[in-house]
Amino acid sequence: MKTIEDLKRMREQFQAENSLRQAGGIQVIVGMGTCGIAAGAREVMTSILDEIAKRKLQNVIVRQTGCIGMCEQEVLVDVVRPGEPRITYGKVTADDVSQIIGEHVVNGRIVEKLVVGKITD
Amino acid sequence: MRELALHILDLVQNSIEAGAKRVLLEIVEDMSTDTLLIRVSDNGKGMDAETKKKVVDPFVTSRTTRRVGLGLPLIDMSTKQCDGYLKIESELGKGTVIEAAYRHSHLDRPPLGNMLETLKTLIIANPELDFNYRHMVNGEVFILSTCELSDILAGVPFSHPDVIVWLQAFLSESLNNLYGGAKDENH
Repeated sequence: MKTIEDLKRMREQFQAENSLRQAGGIQVIVGMGTCGIAAGAREVMTSILDEIAKRKLQNVIVRQTGCIGMCEQEVLVDVVRPGEPRITYGKVTADDVSQIIGEHVVNGRIVEKLVVGKITD
Repeated sequence: MRELALHILDLVQNSIEAGAKRVLLEIVEDMSTDTLLIRVSDNGKGMDAETKKKVVDPFVTSRTTRRVGLGLPLIDMSTKQCDGYLKIESELGKGTVIEAAYRHSHLDRPPLGNMLETLKTLIIANPELDFNYRHMVNGEVFILSTCELSDILAGVPFSHPDVIVWLQAFLSESLNNLYGGAKDENH
């Protein structure tokens, strides 16, 4: 049985290891408007969280956002690596997630075949 | 949307887009009164009486990115198909309460679905939201407050891999306990 006490012990362990690298974190943002949800955004989100847990990625921040108007391209997933253009992936399925995380988030290589937009700040 | 859990995700996203800092999600499943009730209360910007009246019309939305909004109309339709109702209380500047009720045993009632994944998404992907969850099943209750979890974590993000694993197990066990150890209403 997992309890709140377990979470407290975990926190103490993290602080002891001093392993947090929040600065310079990579953001992964999933479109969660009605359109995104209907297209399977929650399943995509589940896969993303599973990949983060499996690969033990400590510098990834996961966010959700609303409809950005490209409903026909949902599920939309944005990856923002610090200092690099914001990449929007479209028609993402749960099966695409391991490639996006493995290639782009971990190794910085954009998965070109799924890209629908690129924003440079 | 075949799961009520997906509608719930949609409702909370509405609250977030209305600028809510605090959201209370309540689910009450009561076999003695044969009801399933979902209530989302937020402290977002709220709606005026005019907007409130029009909000179940699919051609009304506050969004500027497209001209139709289907979230509330879809929920309105599904409640009405199941001897239920959708009630909206809102006050400009105060917040909104959305209540969706279903007859629990109605044949057309969508399953509650995967609340575990809906909760995981809401908690991890909205770290600055004060999200409160209260789920009752025939008198058994599960209560969760992300404020409390944030206090314990003291800066460790919800998306830390070990926290994700903990949350998965904690939510799964807590929800299973609500149903007396069964996986969900279908098992």
